[in-house]
Amino acid sequence: MTFRDDTDTHPLLDYPGYKSTRLRHPKQPLLLLPQRLTELTAPVLGEDRLGELDHDLTRQHAGEPIGQRIIVHGHVTEDDGRPVPQTLVEIWQANAGGRYRHRWDTWPSPIDENFTGVGRCLTDRQGYFRFVTIRPGAYPWGNHANAWRPAHIHFSLFGRAFTQRLVTQMYFPDDPLFFQDPMYNSVADRDPKAAERMISAFDYDSTEEQWALAFRWDIVLRGETATPTEEPHA
Amino acid sequence: MTTPSQTVGPYLSIGLPWPDGPEVVPEGTPGRIRLYGKVFDGEGAVIPDALIETWQADADGKFGTDFRGFGRAPTNDDGEWEIFTVLPGALGDGQAPHIDVNVFARGMLNRCITRIYFADSDSDPVLATVPAERRATLIATATEEGYRFDVHVQGEGETVFFKV
Repeated sequence: MTFRDDTDTHPLLDYPGYKSTRLRHPKQPLLLLPQRLTELTAPVLGEDRLGELDHDLTRQHAGEPIGQRIIVHGHVTEDDGRPVPQTLVEIWQANAGGRYRHRWDTWPSPIDENFTGVGRCLTDRQGYFRFVTIRPGAYPWGNHANAWRPAHIHFSLFGRAFTQRLVTQMYFPDDPLFFQDPMYNSVADRDPKAAERMISAFDYDSTEEQWALAFRWDIVLRGETATPTEEPHA
Repeated sequence: MTTPSQTVGPYLSIGLPWPDGPEVVPEGTPGRIRLYGKVFDGEGAVIPDALIETWQADADGKFGTDFRGFGRAPTNDDGEWEIFTVLPGALGDGQAPHIDVNVFARGMLNRCITRIYFADSDSDPVLATVPAERRATLIATATEEGYRFDVHVQGEGETVFFKV
């Protein structure tokens, strides 16, 4: 058993539009690591990694955070549709004003004492996950003149094999900032359809009346290469 | 079609590190070692916002036991990381004992994958594909404080990275 190559989906490590890649990408060619036992297994990270309110970023402090309350949910599958159950999903994000609770983030937008911006959950037995959070704001950064990151939530997933490990970002539909964002465009330049897979969908059916809007984002990890079927005897 | 990778960005340290991330095995475990190093960029500057993840078999070369096998450590302001684990055993498939490693950082649009070995081996099928002059980048150095493994993302002494 091995997992299908998906190299073409991912951004290249050398992407001049994103300045920080300049000194942080290998220049030597990547060598092929065959998928053997170490690459075909992954840690079992279960309920013991979770706190009771890790899935609800709006309830982790004494008061409620400022901002638009949203439900972010979706299905984690492999690329043949097979669900990925009981896998750890970790998220982190800026607050409603676009400020991260990090000592290096000092741009003039307020910290929200009631928002850390960190969540964790396990997918359920069918591979579904669900978080309650605040819609993150966009924020400026120094990559190019008047650079702004589109609003996004960072996601980290393990799957069932080292080979499937994925760290990515979820975006929101119709964001007017994509055109100037090198991270989004590091994918879109190669494959616009692949970039669209990073954008969540507004999900009216999952909104909660008088409470929260909802966005759905399905995440697809590498699936197994097709098993050759036995040739029928002539 | 799979979901594309994106960088962890500069603020990964609010979300990814765990208090027990570096403790693959708890203090007092027989055979516990310290595995540590620094992460450098293409100009030799330390990378203070990287995350190292390790995945390995237990001391008997087994997966699927009670052994967590997984370590995770952010780099500090000096680019240093450390985890506490046991030496992996051989898997019995001809590969020398090894630990698979993910490197994440701001400026990396995808993870960089490398491997830690503890000795050179002429029979290991992966090391056999590595040019002789670059093999040392994959081998941890035994020191008085444990085993040191530096990651040079780019440039002189660039670590060998893999596609899996």
